[in-house]
Amino acid sequence: MTAASSLCHSGALEPSRDAASMSSLRKRKLDDMLAATALTGPAVALLLTLFIFPALAVVVIALTDWQFGAKSLRFVGLANFSAVFADPGFRASLGNTLAYVAMVVPGTVLAGLGTALLIESGKSFRAFYRAAHFLPFMATLAATAIAWEALLHPTVGLVNMAFAALGLPTANWLRDETTVLPVLALIGIWQNLGFAMVLFLAGLKNIPQDLYDAADVDGADQWLDRLRTVTLPMLGPVAMFVVIVVALRAFEAFDTVQILTQGGPGHASELLLYTLYRESFEFLRAGYGAAITVVFLVIAVTLTLIQVRLMDSRVHYQ
Amino acid sequence: MIGLAHRRTRPAAIARHALLLVTGGLVLLPFVWMTSLSLKPPSEIFQASFSLLPGHWYAAENYHKALTVAPLPRYLANGVLVCAAILVLQILICAPCAYALAKLEFKGRDALFGLVLFGLLLPHQILALPVFILGYSLGLLNTYAALVFPFVVSPFGIFLFRQFFRSIPDDIVHAARLDGLSELAIVWRIMLPMAMPAVIAFSIFSVVAHWNDLFWPLIAVKSPDLMPPALGVAVFRSGETSTEYGPLMAGAVLVILPLMLAFVVAQRWFIEGLTSASLK
Repeated sequence: MTAASSLCHSGALEPSRDAASMSSLRKRKLDDMLAATALTGPAVALLLTLFIFPALAVVVIALTDWQFGAKSLRFVGLANFSAVFADPGFRASLGNTLAYVAMVVPGTVLAGLGTALLIESGKSFRAFYRAAHFLPFMATLAATAIAWEALLHPTVGLVNMAFAALGLPTANWLRDETTVLPVLALIGIWQNLGFAMVLFLAGLKNIPQDLYDAADVDGADQWLDRLRTVTLPMLGPVAMFVVIVVALRAFEAFDTVQILTQGGPGHASELLLYTLYRESFEFLRAGYGAAITVVFLVIAVTLTLIQVRLMDSRVHYQ
Repeated sequence: MIGLAHRRTRPAAIARHALLLVTGGLVLLPFVWMTSLSLKPPSEIFQASFSLLPGHWYAAENYHKALTVAPLPRYLANGVLVCAAILVLQILICAPCAYALAKLEFKGRDALFGLVLFGLLLPHQILALPVFILGYSLGLLNTYAALVFPFVVSPFGIFLFRQFFRSIPDDIVHAARLDGLSELAIVWRIMLPMAMPAVIAFSIFSVVAHWNDLFWPLIAVKSPDLMPPALGVAVFRSGETSTEYGPLMAGAVLVILPLMLAFVVAQRWFIEGLTSASLK
């Protein structure tokens, strides 16, 4: 909307403003311009310094041989990327990350959907159940990871004690390369399921009552029938959205690796963001770290763009 | 609204509670277990038992140790300071920009909004390397400023406030101008008070994110005096006392407790604030 059309618009509502002369209109525009510069100036400067230039810088650094503290740099093309992808450590990290995401996403979505359906299927204690399942999502993961470590302790941990009492196999869960990644994924599911649940609860609230009434008339009056014919199909778009949002969070997993496993044993639990951190800030390999960052950026931006598309299509749908 | 809940029978209602109590219990187990261990003496912790309550209460010793051996009060104070500084600066910087985007006509407005949307696309972790270099060249690393400066502008904050400001009628802005209020005064005295729900949601989102953040503090500070809670408890765990589960669990409980208490009081606001970021 242009300034002129907005003036016409407000003029229609308030006839007294029809008297506004051209010079006062021009003054208003100039005032707006000055005010806008003053109001947006700090934000613009900081957005450029802290978001836009760094994003560009990371791509540039990835294409050079620059090291921390070096005075000069040389463009090396895609050399950093070929080094990254030739590195078995990085390949393991990428593979682990994909496996981790492939476990966390379905686990979180199903657990979140299941809890949301259970909570919504009755009226009592809704707020209580919702709060209980949501708690891990907002609790400090660095601290809850320590609680998980105690639970998973090989000798005095509750998990092994309970498994032994039930006659189930026990393990040194975080030190065994066959169990460590699934266990981290389980903690990821535990942390995020409340988040998925809340998104599903919002989706359930948006299903029009008419559809349930219609299903009733059509004879779908059992809970399972209503679930199958109305609820689940109507939740489709929400579910797609939850998949993407949870996938984004799963790709960003870091705290549990840093605190519980440091990527070990071997590379068995090394995830992308942890590799990025190690290479960039512990080994100070700037170009290499930047190349990993670009890989991470491509994944994150792709998922976010899919998310935006889903949001848009949902808006059109309604 | 009846919805899916229609035609419940008594056995179905009992099954619902039974299932939710089991899943809820499993979800809360780490919290329960860490609290339980924080009350027990070392002998009972390493005795491996299922009992939740200690035979011999050791809470005072464990919590005292957590508060004195590790500088836990310092970590918590750092968390309050850093979260408050970030939030205040974010609102100071984002609200005027959001107001201009929502209510003023100016050249480059669409370009600026495009910039904000582009910022929304970028996860903070990918900015860590160049922002670290920036902090290094400005001499900010290992100071409180290092923990704050990357977050002082929030694309999400601008986006959220803009959405809310747009829903406030233009006539209110015109009336405020006729009363002689400056544009900045309109932001602080008219727009922000009217956008309180957005301000609260954003505040919760911001405080929870930075109280819990481990990634950036790990990069930005080395001195224990500066560490916020998440990094502090991680360092406590890897330190000399890491074999002493009692004090460690007490420390972890204390780090989680402030947000948890706030969550219990304002559950609805927390859920709204923490999910709003993905519904942008």
